[in-house]
Amino acid sequence: MRTLSYMQAIAEALILEMRRDPHIYIAGEDVGKFGGAFGVTGPVFKEFGPTRVLDTPISETAIIGHAVGAAAAGLRPVVEILFMDFLPIATDELCNQAAKIHYMFGGQVSCPLVVRTAIGAGMGAAAHHSQSLEAWVCHIPGLKTVAPATPADAKGLLISAIRDDNPVVFLEHKMLYATKGEVPEGDYTIPLGKAEIKQEGKDVTLICYSAMVRQCLAAGALLEKDGIGAEVLDLRTLVPLDKEAILSSVAKTGRAVIVHEACRTGGFGGEIAAVIAEEGFATLKAPVKRVCGPDTPVPFSPVLEAEFIVSAPKIAEAAKSLL
Amino acid sequence: MTRVVRQPPAQPLARTRARLEGTTLVELTGLSRDRLLGMYQRMALIRQFEEQAAALYRAGRIRGVTHTYQGQEAVAVGATWCLTEEDYITSTHRGHAHVLAKGADEKRCMAELMGRATGYCRGRGGSMHIADLSRGILGANGIVGGGMGIAVGSALASDLLKNGRVTVCFFGDGALNQGILHEVSNLAAIWRLPCVFLCENNFYGMSGPVDNMLALGPDGFKGRAQAFGLPAVECDGMDVIDVFLGVREGVERARAGEGPTYVFTHTYRFLGHHVGDPLTYRDKEEPELWRRLDPIPNFGRLLVEQGLASTQDLADWDQEASVRIAEAVRYAESSPEPSRDTLLEGLFG
Ligand SMILES: Cc1ncc(C[n+]2csc(CCOP(=O)(O)OP(=O)(O)O)c2C)c(N)n1
Ligand SMILES: [Mg+2]
Repeated sequence: MRTLSYMQAIAEALILEMRRDPHIYIAGEDVGKFGGAFGVTGPVFKEFGPTRVLDTPISETAIIGHAVGAAAAGLRPVVEILFMDFLPIATDELCNQAAKIHYMFGGQVSCPLVVRTAIGAGMGAAAHHSQSLEAWVCHIPGLKTVAPATPADAKGLLISAIRDDNPVVFLEHKMLYATKGEVPEGDYTIPLGKAEIKQEGKDVTLICYSAMVRQCLAAGALLEKDGIGAEVLDLRTLVPLDKEAILSSVAKTGRAVIVHEACRTGGFGGEIAAVIAEEGFATLKAPVKRVCGPDTPVPFSPVLEAEFIVSAPKIAEAAKSLL
Repeated sequence: MTRVVRQPPAQPLARTRARLEGTTLVELTGLSRDRLLGMYQRMALIRQFEEQAAALYRAGRIRGVTHTYQGQEAVAVGATWCLTEEDYITSTHRGHAHVLAKGADEKRCMAELMGRATGYCRGRGGSMHIADLSRGILGANGIVGGGMGIAVGSALASDLLKNGRVTVCFFGDGALNQGILHEVSNLAAIWRLPCVFLCENNFYGMSGPVDNMLALGPDGFKGRAQAFGLPAVECDGMDVIDVFLGVREGVERARAGEGPTYVFTHTYRFLGHHVGDPLTYRDKEEPELWRRLDPIPNFGRLLVEQGLASTQDLADWDQEASVRIAEAVRYAESSPEPSRDTLLEGLFG
């Protein structure tokens, strides 16, 4: 199979969907001729031009706000908020308008809207360009949250997100954009709410998503040297959450390490731990552990940033402590 | 809707030269010779700082994202020359020059860009987050529009504390389209706060040209201020004296308790949005048109014509600037990185 980068896979999903459905359009800052600050939308603009790939001013509130109305009135917007750090500017539009419009109006309106946004630290972009704020979004009923780890997943999940009739926040880890992987041709979907075991193992489950899947796979390799079998469970979507996959893997291994790059307190890991505690307690052989980012802003200093980001040895160490 | 015309002024320093008919620079500005020469020296220092920062970034010795300011020096210097050390500024992602113009130490700025423990923010901030509270610098900012609320808040503090300080809020043309500007402009106007909203129109956001991104009425940029009943001044942002005179009007009004002013400066960034920008969105000729207006050599010539400096002086100051920046780089590179175990320190005060 051919390989694509994560970024190319996302662009391919956008292009295929826009060919299929003329109601889909893209809007965001510098997404048009410039091709997107990370370069994602360049090929999309080439094919569809400025009538379907709309450059906006630097107005995050308007980017999401207008999209809610456009979605309610029959379009299917896919908007870009360059860094997730800028999403808080448009929080009202996302959380009070997009998330609620369907339920609050008794099902009369649907809001098929995708917000693509880049998360994560690792490029030395400091406190305003490095956050992973998925927990905020997951806390708002009415929003779906997707966080792919591989190019193939990114493509299949983005197509599903675009076809979904609800607002979906699609998290792209900026340190994954250049990573490559095999990606099937043509149009295929990966259902939202379906986790995937990226590596099987019998001793401990490493529960993760987005860039942390790579770290967990690396941790799995470290653990294997010590004869420990790590199962790497990639959640892929956080809302809806594949509880069944979590519970059945933990039932098999009896141990769970939850890994995310985002800060620990109030992070999505707490929700996963709660699911295990409520519904899988009897299967546990050891306490649930979280390996997360520390409760600090992301520092600029390369030394401190490296310390901030969860690493494979830290994950392996946490897993070992359960055995 | 009026669209902005993306065109440079025909002549360098045209507005200042027109005002100089029958008077001198010292008389026109009320600035001492030393302060006037200081404008040149500070612009030269900023230029050198930015050239070095860009070179270090390209060489991989600075990480992350670096936005430099070459071409816009007259704005930072003209504006801060109206302020005292106690006055406040808020800055942007393109903030090195604002903080240097306000008097920040180039060594500690460079150390911050390199993420060193001796940097202004102990290496935690980096290029987009330099602050020096001892000089009223309330921080550069990674969020476009991020300084606007802060600026109005510091202006309120000055008002309530009656300490006479003024706040200058720097922001770009792109930031004119952030919603918060609407809210804080209104707030500052109804509360008559001592602040100056200083827009640096360099005609582009990241790639978006202002003529496609900004809707204006028949009064152009000034109309944005008029919507709030606020006075507005428009300046040639390649002319340090014109910026100085324009911002001074606002600062004087603020100090007199007459509320906020908008100043719109039209300027140009000679280089990319950030170091490494492919600049695919801009005609190759356009920067050349603006380079003729380079605020530093043109102002240098004016100083010579005015008999305030010799060409040798200018060369000496350029040389001094490069020595100082080389020294700053040495200082930064010989400074320690923060130690890993300090990561959790200092979340709360
Ligand atoms: C809220 C927010 N949106 C988008 C960005 C990304 N971004 C950084 S600088 C920039 C352009 C800013 O343009 P302008 O305000 O004109 O300032 P200039 O870069 O020209 O100095 C953009 C879009 C950001 N940092 N913050
Ligand atoms: Mg600009």
